[in-house]
Amino acid sequence: MFLRRKKPRPVTKKEIPDGLWVKCDSCGEILYRKELARKLWVCERCGYHFKIDSRKYISILTDEFKEIFAELTPTNPLDFQDYSEKLEKDRKKTSLNDAAISGEAKIGKHRIILCAMEFFFRGGSMGSVVGEKVKLSINHAIKRKVPLVIVCASGGARMQEGILSLMQMAKTSATLNLLSDAKIPYISILTNPTTAGVMASYASLGDLVIAEPGALIGFAGPRVIMDTVKEELPPGFQTAEFLLEHGLLDAVVPRVELKDKLISILDFFKS
Amino acid sequence: MPRTFLPFEKPIAELERKIEDLRTLQEEGVADLRDEIVSLENKLKLIQDNIYGNLTPWQRIQLARHPKRPYFMDYISYITDEFFEIHGDGCFRDDPAIVCGFGKINGRSVVLMGHEKGRSTKEKIKRNFGMAHPEGYRKALKVAKLASKFGKPIVSLVDTPGAYPGIGAEERGQAQAIAINIKEFAYLPTPIIVIITGEGGSGGALGIGVGDTVVIMQYAYYSVISPEGCASILWRDASKAPEAAEALKITAQDLLELGVVDKIIPEPSGGAHRKPAEAASILKEFIINEIDKLSVVPAENLIKARIEKFQKMGTIKSSP
Ligand SMILES: [Zn+2]
Repeated sequence: MFLRRKKPRPVTKKEIPDGLWVKCDSCGEILYRKELARKLWVCERCGYHFKIDSRKYISILTDEFKEIFAELTPTNPLDFQDYSEKLEKDRKKTSLNDAAISGEAKIGKHRIILCAMEFFFRGGSMGSVVGEKVKLSINHAIKRKVPLVIVCASGGARMQEGILSLMQMAKTSATLNLLSDAKIPYISILTNPTTAGVMASYASLGDLVIAEPGALIGFAGPRVIMDTVKEELPPGFQTAEFLLEHGLLDAVVPRVELKDKLISILDFFKS
Repeated sequence: MPRTFLPFEKPIAELERKIEDLRTLQEEGVADLRDEIVSLENKLKLIQDNIYGNLTPWQRIQLARHPKRPYFMDYISYITDEFFEIHGDGCFRDDPAIVCGFGKINGRSVVLMGHEKGRSTKEKIKRNFGMAHPEGYRKALKVAKLASKFGKPIVSLVDTPGAYPGIGAEERGQAQAIAINIKEFAYLPTPIIVIITGEGGSGGALGIGVGDTVVIMQYAYYSVISPEGCASILWRDASKAPEAAEALKITAQDLLELGVVDKIIPEPSGGAHRKPAEAASILKEFIINEIDKLSVVPAENLIKARIEKFQKMGTIKSSP
């Protein structure tokens, strides 16, 4: 049973550790790994949604998935110090070229284009490759006349690509006009965390914008806000539930219901 | 009028004072100092050219943030024949950090919008140092839609450290407001000219920064993150901002080379703050030319080219 909590969830960069047992980041409960995986990486005690990688989302949400645009690889356009090494490290860690994976997918009886962001690659930050993959996914959805679903997970823009990463916000958002014109549905799913440059572009621009419970969602990071306003942040600030209350989300959907809800939404648009 | 000088501007300030003193003496008829004045003026020009020809990225940022740099309201008073301000987002509040309105520029009807930092302390606080809330971006969109409804060109002057990172801003959807503006501005059926006049602070700049033509003034900058923010993340030390400014490639020349801006608008020697009227007149001439150029292009061609312009940005490799 999912419990609604007002306490902000911890945002950790770490992946779920190996081993038989896993400790819940939120309530500290020791969970049996196999059982946790069966529960789609949601703590059965407190409802905390563990941060999971893009491939887990693909397996949770889709029945078939064929990757596209896998050949896109980042460069180091500013010759930014240590950037190439960091890319190489995350490439080895995730076996992805950058922080997003796109594919032609099937969910229930629906064909869709799915793009899932990879938080464990540079914190899901958006550089030229992520922006380009989103753009190409939009164009592909138009070409195939199928809905677009993007699973967002990102700390924002890729600092090491400088102004070019900022321009990906314009690239993706501008291209979404063509999808709107073609009357093709776009569903944006916000996971923990979705902030800054990604939230201030395509993540916010779905025909429907839905979020996982407890996800941190916002423009600025909580630390930056605290340093600026020099006061305590309200309880539950920038959680999915907080955004829902403030009228900024269409729905909050627990991970276990995500696939079924997505199918109903796609059914709705189709008939 | 008291002037503010940056550390690297000091030699210029000293020489200027000397020239002024000599001029006073000359006027008072104490001695004939004309030759000396001319020679000092030549020296001043040399020093200026040398200092401003070799600015580091960090020094350029100091110029972009110079307390005497012309702001939106200054440019409005220099550039427009008349200006009618349009307030409010029609929903929550009038955000004074972004100013919008109708203006006439040499007889042409233009919609103008831009960040305003405010000059006096009181004004700065009122305008939140040019850091807009969501309602500022929503006001800009409201006015931009009004412009396109009546086919009026939009001129947007960008000068902000960034969108405000505050509690209310988050509660009212800062990210959503900026996202919607970016998408909508890309699709407005009217010419849009964007000029980064001072600080192009990340998403806060882009929220009124999508247009057919995007240009930057010579000493302005445009960046995904402030150099201070970048240094804090990279080296946990905001005082390393000068190094970060270098690494981020945020000067006008860098931006031109990266294909993010179409053109650099030159500033008077020493920067816009030293000769605001001259800076404004250079800007005005550019705006008029650009409006006349874009106004003859059919709206659908504008939109198509505008979307393609942003679709091309970025660098990607294709590896098998
Ligand atoms: Zn738990």
